[in-house]
Amino acid sequence: MAYLTLSDGTIYEGRGFGYKGDVIGEVVFNTGMSGYQELLTDPSYVGQIVNMTYPLIGNYGVNRDDVESDTPHVKGFVVRDYCEVPSNWQCTDTLDSYLKENKVVALQGIDTRALTRKLRDKGTMVGIISQEMPTAEQMLAVRSFRIVDSVRQVTTREAYEQKSDHSCGLKVAVLDYGLKRNILASLKHIGLDLKVFPSNASYEEIMTYDPDGIMLTNGPGDPKDNPEAIETIRKLIGKKPIFGICLGHQLLALAMGADTVKLKYGHRGSNHPVKDIESGRVYITSQNHGYAVDEGSIAQGTVTHVNWNDKTVEGIEYPDQKAFSVQFHPEARPGPNDTTHLFVKFKEMMIATKENENAER
Amino acid sequence: MPRDKSIKKVLIIGSGPIAIGQAAEFDYAGTQACRALRAEGIETVLVNSNPATIMTDKNMADQVYLEPLTAEVLKNIIRRERPDSLLPTLGGQIGLNLACELSESGFLAEYNVRLLGTTVESIAKSEDRKLFKETMESIGEPCIDSAIVYSVEEALQFADEVGYPIIVRPAYTLGGTGGGMAENAKELAEVCKAGLKASRVHQCLIEKSVAGWKEIEYEMMRDSAGNIITVCNMENFDPVGIHTGDSIVVAPTQTLREKEVQMLRTASINIISALGICGGCNVQFALDTESMKYAVIEVNPRVSRSSALASKATGYPIAKVASLVAIGYHLDEILNGVTGKTYACFEPTIDYVVCKFPRWPFDKFTAANKSLGTRMKATGEVMAIGANFEESLLKALRSLELRYDSTEHFKYDNKTKDELYVELVKKSDERLFVVAAAMRKGISINLINEITKIDKWFLTKIQKIVELEEKIKREKEGMLELKTLRRLKQLGFSDTALARWTGKTEDEIRSLRKIYGILPVYKMVDTCGAEFEAVSPYFYSTYDQENESRRNPEDKTIVVLGSGPIRIGQGVEFDYCSVHCIWALKQEGYKAVIINNNPETVSTDFDISDKLYFEPLTREEVWNVLELEQPEGVIVQFGGQTAIKLAAAVEEKGFKILGTTVESINDAEDREKFDELLEKLGLARPKGTTVFNKEEAVEAANRLGYPVLVRPSYVLGGQGMEIAYTDRDIEEYMDIICVNKQEHPVLVDKYISGKELEVDAICDGEDFLIPGIMEHIERTGVHSGDSISVYPPVSFSPEIIEKIVEASRVLALGTKTIGLINIQFILKDNSLYVIEVNPRSSRTVPFISKVTGIPMIALATKCCLGEKLKDMGYGTGLYKESKVYAVKVPVFSNDKIPDLEISLSPEMKSTGEVLGLSPVFDEALLKGLYASGVRNFKNAGVFISVSNKCKEDVVPLARKLADHGMKLYATAGTAAYLADHGIDAEVVGKMRNSDDIEQLIKTGKAKIIINTPTKGRNSHSDGFKMRRLAVEQGANCFTSLDTVDAFVRGLMLSKEDKDLGLCPLSDLEKINAGN
Repeated sequence: MAYLTLSDGTIYEGRGFGYKGDVIGEVVFNTGMSGYQELLTDPSYVGQIVNMTYPLIGNYGVNRDDVESDTPHVKGFVVRDYCEVPSNWQCTDTLDSYLKENKVVALQGIDTRALTRKLRDKGTMVGIISQEMPTAEQMLAVRSFRIVDSVRQVTTREAYEQKSDHSCGLKVAVLDYGLKRNILASLKHIGLDLKVFPSNASYEEIMTYDPDGIMLTNGPGDPKDNPEAIETIRKLIGKKPIFGICLGHQLLALAMGADTVKLKYGHRGSNHPVKDIESGRVYITSQNHGYAVDEGSIAQGTVTHVNWNDKTVEGIEYPDQKAFSVQFHPEARPGPNDTTHLFVKFKEMMIATKENENAER
Repeated sequence: MPRDKSIKKVLIIGSGPIAIGQAAEFDYAGTQACRALRAEGIETVLVNSNPATIMTDKNMADQVYLEPLTAEVLKNIIRRERPDSLLPTLGGQIGLNLACELSESGFLAEYNVRLLGTTVESIAKSEDRKLFKETMESIGEPCIDSAIVYSVEEALQFADEVGYPIIVRPAYTLGGTGGGMAENAKELAEVCKAGLKASRVHQCLIEKSVAGWKEIEYEMMRDSAGNIITVCNMENFDPVGIHTGDSIVVAPTQTLREKEVQMLRTASINIISALGICGGCNVQFALDTESMKYAVIEVNPRVSRSSALASKATGYPIAKVASLVAIGYHLDEILNGVTGKTYACFEPTIDYVVCKFPRWPFDKFTAANKSLGTRMKATGEVMAIGANFEESLLKALRSLELRYDSTEHFKYDNKTKDELYVELVKKSDERLFVVAAAMRKGISINLINEITKIDKWFLTKIQKIVELEEKIKREKEGMLELKTLRRLKQLGFSDTALARWTGKTEDEIRSLRKIYGILPVYKMVDTCGAEFEAVSPYFYSTYDQENESRRNPEDKTIVVLGSGPIRIGQGVEFDYCSVHCIWALKQEGYKAVIINNNPETVSTDFDISDKLYFEPLTREEVWNVLELEQPEGVIVQFGGQTAIKLAAAVEEKGFKILGTTVESINDAEDREKFDELLEKLGLARPKGTTVFNKEEAVEAANRLGYPVLVRPSYVLGGQGMEIAYTDRDIEEYMDIICVNKQEHPVLVDKYISGKELEVDAICDGEDFLIPGIMEHIERTGVHSGDSISVYPPVSFSPEIIEKIVEASRVLALGTKTIGLINIQFILKDNSLYVIEVNPRSSRTVPFISKVTGIPMIALATKCCLGEKLKDMGYGTGLYKESKVYAVKVPVFSNDKIPDLEISLSPEMKSTGEVLGLSPVFDEALLKGLYASGVRNFKNAGVFISVSNKCKEDVVPLARKLADHGMKLYATAGTAAYLADHGIDAEVVGKMRNSDDIEQLIKTGKAKIIINTPTKGRNSHSDGFKMRRLAVEQGANCFTSLDTVDAFVRGLMLSKEDKDLGLCPLSDLEKINAGN
């Protein structure tokens, strides 16, 4: 037996799998029906216990390729029915042993739909997965738990470069707040060379690379926990074209003077409709965020994308500063590839800026 | 963009009769479309030849035409109605083909009718194999090595290049009609020839087989702005090589990694964008099991069986959204009715596992070839929802109503390993049981995977079930402690199976569960995995913690039991009845709850009832719902035999049956009690008796005198019924019937050759109302479902009518019927014999309701609620006769089942029906025949070969045909007989010693075949081969002279389809209202 206990005292009894231990984290749910390995390795999940709404998890095992970072980052993993015998031609291992190896505590056999309904109605809550019923001490720890310093835990320690196989000569400085690999792959895919910087890299360090554009990546936690990064971004604004994704989008907004708010239970899944206001088109996007930019607080820039379910801000453009950002994940993994054109837009913005600069010279 | 306001009047084409490959899903789609368009204030005109559907109700559209679905008839309707638009993508392949035909001929342009939704160009790009391939190549989507051929020679040449096996797919057909797999040149020649014949444009795609790859489907939706969503993806349990309609299908995909899921999703988006689809669309892929290689198999640019399944699997109403998209709305403007807050522009996510299981007709067509391939054979399907695959699969098995409650199947229990290897290779309808049996015998998953190519993921799950089953059998009670039992219930094990294996009764298991507190909970199907609060009252059971189906104690609830999967003998008509019952209950202020499991139907649309439970219709699952809902009553008389069978179980647990009581139902079905009743009522029936073995049967037959009718008791649709003329017939029959377990006795009745007629009556216990009497064209010996049925009757004197009404009255009151009753009589020499009484609704109720204008189900429902007929405003006794004739003609799917004996017999074979309406009887006949697919008979040659006992009767018919200028051909015996009566017929050789007949049929010289069988079942006889040939070549084949007589009457009108008068339901009303 193993247990998930929420801060409101609700207890779900299930069976443990993966690593056997006790973990406290913010309990969130994800509605994607596949892509658990990508999700597990998404650094944005730092500090969180993820509950999957799709009941069968582990069906296709795990493999070396379907990862978004070196290791899993979720703190705990909750599923309805773990599949012990996976089947897929690329499968190299079971999810269970992968989780064991990476010390991720997991729980199966609980009513995941009931849990989801609870989180939906009551909002995101802190919870603990424990092998025995949690102690008073543990419950007090649950009460006081907060995700802090999460970006620092996942950003790269050292800067590093990656070149595109078919480089077009443009260089992008990627500010790593907890990036998913497919952001890098998506940029390289369109011929961009990259240098990835730690989240605390200084303006000067970044500019020394002489980038043609700045990529602000996704990452975990409350965006306001990153004053230094926001300050750095503020300096970068207007200097080079900037593209922000998810946390990068929120940090850019904060740097532009807007505010962010915590959502009741966030957006986590591969099916979120986002309307591109200019074209009128609606795209299905991959999302993973618990905070959003407060629309009323936006002083600079215009809202370009809106979540068609709850009408929250999904994208802002700052034309004067050659910057734009989206809340969702155009890099997908997991999720649809419907908005990869945004990387191209970023590239075009860099090309246009460069041409302008050249013309001015 | 809001809707296009220039659309004011829309013509919607339905899909016609139920046939294999085209079941109730189009009634569901069409009904949704009609409701959606009317809600938008658009005037709708509906055309469909199928009277059993809900979409053809007069309140479904502004004008309803029950007319033959031919281009000429549609032209007449367009000329009369002058719609500005036509919605072609909701009426299946038939509707689509007709719309294309009208468009291509320029007719639509001439009459300023535009096609809504997907354009003709887009349809052509998807349906025309060549254009499709070119389009796919242009966007870099891989197709399978293939060629478009117009002749067998071209096919053979291609096969020489790429090698065998080769799959043949005819263009513009549904359910893979005429297609098939060929392992060598000889087979290819055969399959290809049939395929070319089946294709409207004489075109086939032949392709290198990728049999064994995974078959994956994506249900997509696209609007005119280019917004695209995936409603659902699905994985076939059976790999490529078995038609998806014949495959177990799960949703969502289970064995695909995220990258594979997204790869195919992106491909689907690219494909439907390139095709320019506007509306719903289904894309089928083959995916290699060992790489990321995939190939597009095909695209259906319309709503389909798969989209009905995807709608029910996710809660996303595809047909409704497709209709709204067709009139201009964008997806982000259409509200998601499930949440009431979000929009149709999102992708549903599901938090359960859906399993679809096909329902094949082989329980009735026992002699037919049961192997599965690229040609679909299933008549219907069930769907089940569970929290895991095991639960979902086992619930689906139970829903089939084939007495399966586990993976056990007696046929395979005692097979040896070697025999099972052979069975595994066969790919029959029972392959799941074969796989399970193989596992029991220790055949490894790897080996089974190698032979069947079924993914090991599925096999592992089945093995888990099998191992648990075996463990329960070994450990018996040991497996019934709390935790184990809870786990078994979570995995979907049924109480009946658990009881059988542990030596308990079902009730004991149930009581034990209750003591343990192991009770099902109901979860909502809400399109969003609980992310948003939903309002859809759509539930499934599972064994878990939280129950979401809340009951308001204030509610007056009534539960209606549905009719399960479409099968021969129980078609869409019972769904019509169930839905109307629900509507009537709601009208009367009750909360109507339905339990059903057929994803194709209207009744399982979540906004029909106040609550929908998508569950197997078994005692266990029905009890569970009733115990939760605590209804005031349960209605069982509208869900066909499925629901009636559950009546006793409902009552057993203390719930009240509304309408005819269980006791009365039993009295009508119990032979002896029924005989007693008839005697008491002074009614006659053919003499008969019950027997249990061969000897008794022969003795009984001799005592009664041949011919006799033999059949098992408690059957549906004349299952296993036969006329026996000799002792040998009886012996043969008893041998066949005793192969299947026989719990109930076999009935042997004197066969009386006479006129058959039928009555549906409503009774409130005091008064009765007969909306109409139906006269059958074919004499006794042909199952009533396979007979042409005429309302009002044409050959009965007022005295006879009076007799029928009186007998019906006595029977309805004598059987204590409350609600509907169906009675079948034989009329011989002015004497009436009762042959069957069904204390429930029947397949003729929808058509009689429509023609008479009496809302029969509503009235019957009110009777069930205790109201009285005399207060309902339709009077009592026999309702006034309609001045319009309605002729119901059966439709068969004979071409879909090779090796099936097609001749009419007491055993029902038809899958659907159509209606011909006209104030002139002969025209109504002709319209019915046209609608049923009788074609191309103008100046056609007629080939006649009849048994000796029919020769005399065929003479007048042959004479009329000859006089009408038709060329007659006959075998020597028949020709000589005709010559004796002065009728010329060209003599042709018998099949066994010449290919005359074959040539006659194949060259189309004879388009009408009149052949009465000498004796059924023998698949080697000349007659059998000839009839099959006729069916496969698309000739009109008549096996009863009564049918021929009707045909000749129609023929004498010398009218083609373009000359047929139209009779929309509004005209019918007017004619009947006038004097």
